[in-house]
Amino acid sequence: MNPASVTALNVDEIRKQFPVLNRKVNGKPLIYFDNAATSQKPISVIEALAEYYRNYNANIHRGIHTLAEEATKAYEHTREQARAFINAASPREIIFVRGVTEGINLVAASYGRAFLRNNDEVIISGLEHHSNIVPWQLICGQTGAKLKVIPVSESGEIDLEAFTRLLSSRTRIVAVNHASNSLGTINPIKEIIRLAHGAGAVVLIDGAQAGAHLPIDVQELDCDFYCLSSHKMYGPTGTGILYGKSHLLEKMPPYQGGGEMIKEVTFEKTTWNDLPYKFEAGTPNIADVIAFGKAMEFIRQTGRDVIEQHEQALLRYATEKVGSLPGVRLIGTAPQKVSVLSFVVDGIHPFDVGQLLDARGIAVRTGHHCTQPLMDRYGIEGTVRASFAVYNTFAEVDALTEGVRRVINFMR
Amino acid sequence: MKTINQLQDEIISEFALLEGDTEMTLFYIMELGEKLEPMKEADKTDDNLVKGCQSKVWLTARLENDRVWFSADSNTAITKGLVSLLVRIFNGQTPDDIIHADLYFISKIGMERFIGTQRSNGFAAMVKQIKLYALALKTKQEV
Ligand SMILES: Cc1ncc(COP(=O)(O)O)c(C=O)c1O
Repeated sequence: MNPASVTALNVDEIRKQFPVLNRKVNGKPLIYFDNAATSQKPISVIEALAEYYRNYNANIHRGIHTLAEEATKAYEHTREQARAFINAASPREIIFVRGVTEGINLVAASYGRAFLRNNDEVIISGLEHHSNIVPWQLICGQTGAKLKVIPVSESGEIDLEAFTRLLSSRTRIVAVNHASNSLGTINPIKEIIRLAHGAGAVVLIDGAQAGAHLPIDVQELDCDFYCLSSHKMYGPTGTGILYGKSHLLEKMPPYQGGGEMIKEVTFEKTTWNDLPYKFEAGTPNIADVIAFGKAMEFIRQTGRDVIEQHEQALLRYATEKVGSLPGVRLIGTAPQKVSVLSFVVDGIHPFDVGQLLDARGIAVRTGHHCTQPLMDRYGIEGTVRASFAVYNTFAEVDALTEGVRRVINFMR
Repeated sequence: MKTINQLQDEIISEFALLEGDTEMTLFYIMELGEKLEPMKEADKTDDNLVKGCQSKVWLTARLENDRVWFSADSNTAITKGLVSLLVRIFNGQTPDDIIHADLYFISKIGMERFIGTQRSNGFAAMVKQIKLYALALKTKQEV
């Protein structure tokens, strides 16, 4: 069976929208399988950036001239798009940040400092990216709270029973990812959120690996905070969103002080601006935010279900092909995964595999993927990770398989 | 005994046969690594790691009959091949020749193009370590 026939997507048409895919690397056509690190950008996003600087660059809010008004409107339009993208109740709950890392740091520093006390507990999972570990370690160090970690099974799944046992009246915050960047595991976050709320804790979801791949409905999930990075969703680097329930954001102190986030300033006392501006100190990343809107539009127009279906077909195909090569061991075999294929090859270091694939124009990521504790869990230094996006093809997966096969044959 | 520059010229002509094909070049480098004299397991200590390499590279040096002899290994095959090039060039040379060597073969074979910036920086760290060893052994020789 030709696997391409099972997806409804016209990949050729999609590929035409991504100029970088015409590139050659080492004399070979680029095959870009490093999408979990950052995705490529469609022409609509690239043009939105240029268009802003060419036509209506101006600082937003508080401006009465035409350009300021146009820029403000475009910026706030992205906020509304983001609200719709994750089905938040109000645009006041959408805060623009640099990305997931800043979103988590904001919550840890603001909510954490205000509400964590000595011997309170913060729970994360063994699947977390360093961005969802270190900010909590920092705030625990400052407040005397303790960090607890949910163990991960051999297949790469969160142990829900162990989680239930970790939860207690001391638990204040639970922070887990929606999907794992190293293994692809899609976590049962709805259940995690329900259990955490039962213990009276708030829940932050790191959605870095979900934004481009999974439907997100923060109201249905009932999560308290949700973080996204634009650059992993076909959008520009340097922006992303933090969603927070408004009643929580209201009672949190500001994260940074400066322009934009204030209502009135005197040397004696300053009052904070309303949500979401209270958390957006200084001139924001206007151009990238506006272009981020185009990225969400691209995902919506292509259809999240169509994208998901295509990527899942690629993942199944790659799992079967690469997974059956001699000496290949897949790391992360959960039944529900986003399009991430992580593997090691017996006796061959991931760096060597990555470099040899690059020689054939194939971009994969090698190493610990910013999840060192998870690599320790498997007793490995790192993996080779191929992660798929909407513009990838079955022929590209064949090239990957062939590339890995050549490395194996050479080394034996 | 070939000089450092004779050995560099040899390497340059071998690489020329690969006609700039990145994949073939990497395979060739790994093949060279396979031929490297095995390093004693006991020498693979953290103290002997070259700092500045992303891969693990162990390197030791000793003086014998006023010449320097190296032993090396790495946990990745390409890096092992790279360090084997240096061992081939520098093994059995005098400390002074090593300290003053000009490694023109690196740019001549276009190394950065096929191993990338990160590994090139690692390679530079290996060269530096080799020269430091030579300097230390020369000092020892003089006392
Ligand atoms: C699961 C996960 N969390 C957090 C991050 C950090 O995202 P960013 O670097 O965009 O802040 C990443 C990015 O690699 C990720 O994959």
